[in-house]
Amino acid sequence: MNPGRAAAIVLRQFYLLRGSPARILPMFAWVAIDIVLWGFITRYLNTVASAGFNFVPALLGAVLLWDFLVRVMQGVTTAFFEDLWSRNFLNIFATPLSIAEYITGLVVTSIATSMVGLSVMLMLATLVFGLSFFAYGMLLIPFFLVLFLFGVALGICGSAIVLRMGPAAEWLIWPIPALLSPLACVFYPLSALPRWLQYLARLVPPSYVFEAMRRIVAGRAVSGFALMLSGGLALFYVLLAGWFFTRIYKYVVRSGLIARYSAESLS
Amino acid sequence: MAQAVLSVTNLRKQYGETVAVDGLSFTVGRNEIVGLLGPNGAGKTTTINMILGVLEPDSGTVRIEDIDLAKHRSRALARTNFVAVYSPLPGNLTVVENLRFFGLIYGVLNLTARIEALLGQFDLRQFRNVKCGVLSSGEQTRVCLAKAVLNHPRLLLLDEPTASLDPSVAQDVRTNIREATLQGNSGVLWTSHNMHEVEEVCDRVLFLSHGKILLEGDPRKLPTEHGKETLEDLFIAVAREPLTLGIA
Repeated sequence: MNPGRAAAIVLRQFYLLRGSPARILPMFAWVAIDIVLWGFITRYLNTVASAGFNFVPALLGAVLLWDFLVRVMQGVTTAFFEDLWSRNFLNIFATPLSIAEYITGLVVTSIATSMVGLSVMLMLATLVFGLSFFAYGMLLIPFFLVLFLFGVALGICGSAIVLRMGPAAEWLIWPIPALLSPLACVFYPLSALPRWLQYLARLVPPSYVFEAMRRIVAGRAVSGFALMLSGGLALFYVLLAGWFFTRIYKYVVRSGLIARYSAESLS
Repeated sequence: MAQAVLSVTNLRKQYGETVAVDGLSFTVGRNEIVGLLGPNGAGKTTTINMILGVLEPDSGTVRIEDIDLAKHRSRALARTNFVAVYSPLPGNLTVVENLRFFGLIYGVLNLTARIEALLGQFDLRQFRNVKCGVLSSGEQTRVCLAKAVLNHPRLLLLDEPTASLDPSVAQDVRTNIREATLQGNSGVLWTSHNMHEVEEVCDRVLFLSHGKILLEGDPRKLPTEHGKETLEDLFIAVAREPLTLGIA
């Protein structure tokens, strides 16, 4: 692993952001709109619901954590798509850059871009809607870690799918978080799902995070084992996604797709 | 010949029933410019892609400075660079940003000074902060060439590097590459459909047809050796009727 090569991928993304406000705006605009929208919804719910239950940490906290995961995933895929959009794969992959260095660069880029979104969300949720993250305590660290790892796994996996199927497959990638959100149990407890879906939900690391978050809000104890399990699962998915990307890369090099990537669709 | 910077042995690539490259073997020596010629579909770009590691051969080996590309990809490709007309640099980065980006990937030492030198060498100073996408095709080619020699490659692969340049700039590019090859102790594999250019710049040519080498030799002597007046006549003969040359 040569850190300089991974840093080049990050630097490239910095150059793109520096030269294009259109790329900076989406880093925080959509999440800010989400927080404002859900902030007012939670305020309204607090006025009509029975006294004693606070919707702000339960709903607004969930929105914030889920949006963080989505930002992490999009941070990885957007950095990858930059090479897709500029038809840069031949230039990139005909260099000494290894797949591990390339993916590391994408992930570090995602850390930077998702932190911008997270900061804006935290600021709005705290200052405007009174969300107090002190309620979650130190458990916020494993919460964010699990969501970050799973977001990275989704981002790498999504990038691999586009690498295999071609530029036209880009539209398949954006809805992935929405497709997973029912199983992540962002807004309702796991028990709200049918039994068979609960088994599937337990394979989705964020479901443990949102369950734990709701237990904290309800004043109940959080299972350390469940959080460790979700962390282990998320790490497993990162490794699986890395393996998947490498397999796909080897396939496109063997089949010649990567050398002919300017075609609209390669499937 | 001096020690080879590129050694290709029994390279083969097949797509379905089509054999794109069929047991190709050749070398490129130090300070040598080798022309890879042939009609469209002869296997030139497939060969170059395999040497660049972006296409896996079905069989055969590629060694760059005696480093096996399949086993030590990063080490081998660190000694290589390329220009291809079908692979422009990202148009949304400026000239300097592109050179810095690729300079980091290739691990170029004293990168800032190297970039400044190349901006001068390829007459790009006035475009340093211009996005590559808005440059003319000739200017973009010059940026690609600057990127291609950024890491002082021992093996330079040039796939029709002067295709979009006016004759004056093309002449400068040929001179630049020729000097860089001689001074840098490197070798060049050059594809072109401009036979006058090939005669001027190449020390040796390989004529490809259907993925095989049909002819090999000095581009200034080959035509007469095969009863043709010019290299272009020979090219046309290879493209249309390779069997009549008695070499297929």
